[in-house]
Amino acid sequence: MSDISADKLPEGPIIKGKLSRDDVIMRLGMVVIALYLIATLVFPLWAMLSKSFSTYTFNLSAYELQVSDEAGDYSGEILTPAALNDKMQVLSETDLIAGSDSRMGLTQFFPDFSFRSPVMYQIRNTSETGRFLVGSELKTGTDWLELDSNTFRRVQLRPEKATGLGNFVSYFSTPALFNSIKNSLVIAVISTVVTVTLAFWFAYALNRSCMRFKGFFRLVAMAPILVPSLLPGIALVYLFGNQGMIKELLFGASIYGPIGIVIGSVFFTFPHAFIIISTALAISDGRLYEAAASLRSTPWRTFWTVTIPGARYGLISAAFVVFNLVITDFGLPKVIGGQFNVLAVDIYKQVIGQQNFEMGAVVSVVLVIPAIFAFAIDRLVQSKQVALLSARSVPYQPSPNAKTDRIFLIYCLLVAFFIVGILAVCQFAALIKFWPYDLSFSLTNYDFDRMDGGGWASYFNSIKLGLFTAVAGTCVVFFGAYLVEKSNGFRTGRALFQMFAMLPMAIPGMVLGLAYIFFFNNPANPLNVIYGTMAILVVCTVTHFYTVSHLTAVTALKQMDREFESVSASLKQPTLKLFGRVTVPVCLPAILDISIYLFVNAMTTVSAVVFLYSPKTSLASIAVLNMDDAGDIAPAAAMGMMIFYTNAAARVIHLLVSRGVLKRTQAWRSR
Amino acid sequence: MKTTTKLIASAAFSVFATVAAAETELTVYTAVEAEDLARYAEAFNEVHPDITINWVRDSTGIITAKLLAERDNPQADVIWGLAATSLLLLKSEGMLEAYAPEGVDKLDPKFVDAGDPPSWVGMDAWVAAVCYNTVEAEKNGLTPPTSWKDLTDAQYQGHVIMPNPNSSGTGFLDVSSWLQMFGEEDGWNFMDALHENIARYTHSGSKPCKLAAAGEIPIGISFAFRGAKSKAAGAPLEIIVPSEGVGWDMEATAIVAGTDDLEAAQKLVDFTVTREANEMYNSGYAVVAMPGVAKPVEHFPEGLLDAMIDNDFEFAANNRAAILKEWQSRYDGKSEPKN
Repeated sequence: MSDISADKLPEGPIIKGKLSRDDVIMRLGMVVIALYLIATLVFPLWAMLSKSFSTYTFNLSAYELQVSDEAGDYSGEILTPAALNDKMQVLSETDLIAGSDSRMGLTQFFPDFSFRSPVMYQIRNTSETGRFLVGSELKTGTDWLELDSNTFRRVQLRPEKATGLGNFVSYFSTPALFNSIKNSLVIAVISTVVTVTLAFWFAYALNRSCMRFKGFFRLVAMAPILVPSLLPGIALVYLFGNQGMIKELLFGASIYGPIGIVIGSVFFTFPHAFIIISTALAISDGRLYEAAASLRSTPWRTFWTVTIPGARYGLISAAFVVFNLVITDFGLPKVIGGQFNVLAVDIYKQVIGQQNFEMGAVVSVVLVIPAIFAFAIDRLVQSKQVALLSARSVPYQPSPNAKTDRIFLIYCLLVAFFIVGILAVCQFAALIKFWPYDLSFSLTNYDFDRMDGGGWASYFNSIKLGLFTAVAGTCVVFFGAYLVEKSNGFRTGRALFQMFAMLPMAIPGMVLGLAYIFFFNNPANPLNVIYGTMAILVVCTVTHFYTVSHLTAVTALKQMDREFESVSASLKQPTLKLFGRVTVPVCLPAILDISIYLFVNAMTTVSAVVFLYSPKTSLASIAVLNMDDAGDIAPAAAMGMMIFYTNAAARVIHLLVSRGVLKRTQAWRSR
Repeated sequence: MKTTTKLIASAAFSVFATVAAAETELTVYTAVEAEDLARYAEAFNEVHPDITINWVRDSTGIITAKLLAERDNPQADVIWGLAATSLLLLKSEGMLEAYAPEGVDKLDPKFVDAGDPPSWVGMDAWVAAVCYNTVEAEKNGLTPPTSWKDLTDAQYQGHVIMPNPNSSGTGFLDVSSWLQMFGEEDGWNFMDALHENIARYTHSGSKPCKLAAAGEIPIGISFAFRGAKSKAAGAPLEIIVPSEGVGWDMEATAIVAGTDDLEAAQKLVDFTVTREANEMYNSGYAVVAMPGVAKPVEHFPEGLLDAMIDNDFEFAANNRAAILKEWQSRYDGKSEPKN
């Protein structure tokens, strides 16, 4: 009786939590949103990747030829271009790699060819899929076609579709294209160093000094986020172009090229770097500074041993975010890049200029690599960030120092002058009638309907896109974040979902837009109906800006104890009710932040939507690009400033709404 | 919660509502200048008020790219106003519906596709020219060039701007005309020399002239129509017709194979060859498809018509890929910006 030991106990049943109706609903919801991300992100990227491997080659053995003698009689001998090429070595293997648009004449295989000769030729495809042109008539059949010499010289072979690395081979053997990789990296690195340095001292002044007007500087620093990235380019043309207001400052150097791209990049990436660094500098333990002071450390030493290490993760993170923004930006180098080719513009030129979609896909793949790399490092660094503040920490309080405060004030004034100056130049340019010959003020540049780019309709389309994106995007993102954060079990599913949610950040907009063409403009795709509509723009924009929104939502949700779910379950309340009654109201500030983020970005984005807009859905940001492209630079500046004012107004409304809503829903936060 | 659902529903509804609109609508792809489009549609609607035109306007390259990208799922019903070179590309892909519009016989045969029935019909020609800013040129001490070869002179270094043929139809017609006029070898030699003087290559064909008009770069290789317009707007421009001859391309019209509404598309194309339509094209183009219609256009340079080369469109279309590749390897991105 007493020999029954613990290990002999019969195995109990594996206890498995019963899936409640709520769990099922939540998992279903998560699957739906995950499917959305797969359909709008993974599949298009896959389509693009496979496109980059889809090559065109001339298949010389797909055709047969017969050549008559001068009397027009055929010997019956059947030639193929392949055999002729083997004999004569006219073309090498790489000459056979082609684009979708390539053609190849046949006369090069006949050294004696003369278009005046009475010799007759016959040609046919060996298979039904073969294609060749006579002039511009497409011939596809396998019947023999007889041509005289004069017509035979108009025969052009068309390449066949194949799969392989041919596109990559020809990409890396084209110096002009290959050079862009170097250019892109150089520009991105220089811009990153400059921006992060400037933003660091700006953030430092705002967080660690006692200078005045901090609120104003904070506001100014955020202004560039409200305009499309190409707007600084337009301002730079007016400032430093050949007819520029202050072109002498460049001492004869040209603004069109790396200098212009770097200055513009610093402008539009500044707020991004500033936010991250400012957050890192905002929190610091005052006791470290007290310790440093009591050890008689010089301020310089304290700076390098306390301040910089404390902010290092913020600095690294800011650096990679800026790097990513610059290397993937397309509008700015297009406007001010001159002959300085970068990857993002190459994609545009390949696709739009040469209709070479395969090569566009190849450049996209090349561009994704540094973008993903920078993104991965950023995530790695962020995950290493540990709390600097413990319960015993004393927040650092800067003490007034008349001299340094004044230096910081001057520095901040200079930076603010740069930012405000760029915007002011654009507004000024928009109001001038005909720079530089007629300097009277007029509103003719606002007559957008007379310019390329879609006119005023495009402006209202942009607002529409902004609103749809804000509403639809916020719902999808917040609900998705809720499900992934608060559902029980289902670990693999949740981890996968997290991965999908992080992916959009690493994908450059141009790449996403191009991928959407490949995926959605395929007639076999049932989602094809949304191609060319506002819907695809909304979907693309939501997906493009998914990650930051998702992270904002997750952060807000993490602040809510999971006990809420347990309590509601024990009170037999459906989770969805809890979601609507408690979670959403509590997280309202974050929800409003997400929607304004999506709205502002939808108004300013160019890169992703440039391949996707249609006549009815042309956008203000695209209009800026197109008007500049057509040489209507002043109207482009005018439209750019319209975007700025709209976004600024949206921000003000957001502020007012937030205040009102906070008063009503967040009263519990204060006692 | 309820309001959220409503918001989603209304957003989804209005997003998809644009898809479902149904009446006789034609999606017309075009590269015609934006300011002319409303006029064209108005004139057409006077004859056919029941057909609404939805314009898709963009530069020649973009529209061609769009059409080729949509090869398997055409979105356009009609192409009204796209370079003949581009239409030849589309024709060789079998994307055009051959149709002889009523009254096509009244057009200059040079403006009609050789096929029977023709796959496309021309509307008007647009002709290359050099926009020359007299004020800035004087400041820089330049003498006006009279020929293409003049432009390779060292005095113009950094003062010439032209469109990149890889992204601009005007740029391509320049390059193709030089190769036709000077021959393959001399053509490339000429461009090698010209490249030394080029400040930079722009993406669009009208930008060089607008930059010349704004004095940014004194000499812009562009097209005459753009120059005349900028001159009319008060820019200190002179429009120079180089003595060797100038390249040109025509704008043309075609029906896209597989259109949902062939009948309406045919009505539109019928309209595009009428005398009325040709008179309409004449306000912006000195050369139109119907003989005897063209009236002189203000500020258009004299002798432009005689300078138009005997353009071989088939050569241009069939050698396009090879020419662009060669051009890119010679000039694109190899040089850092000058001046």
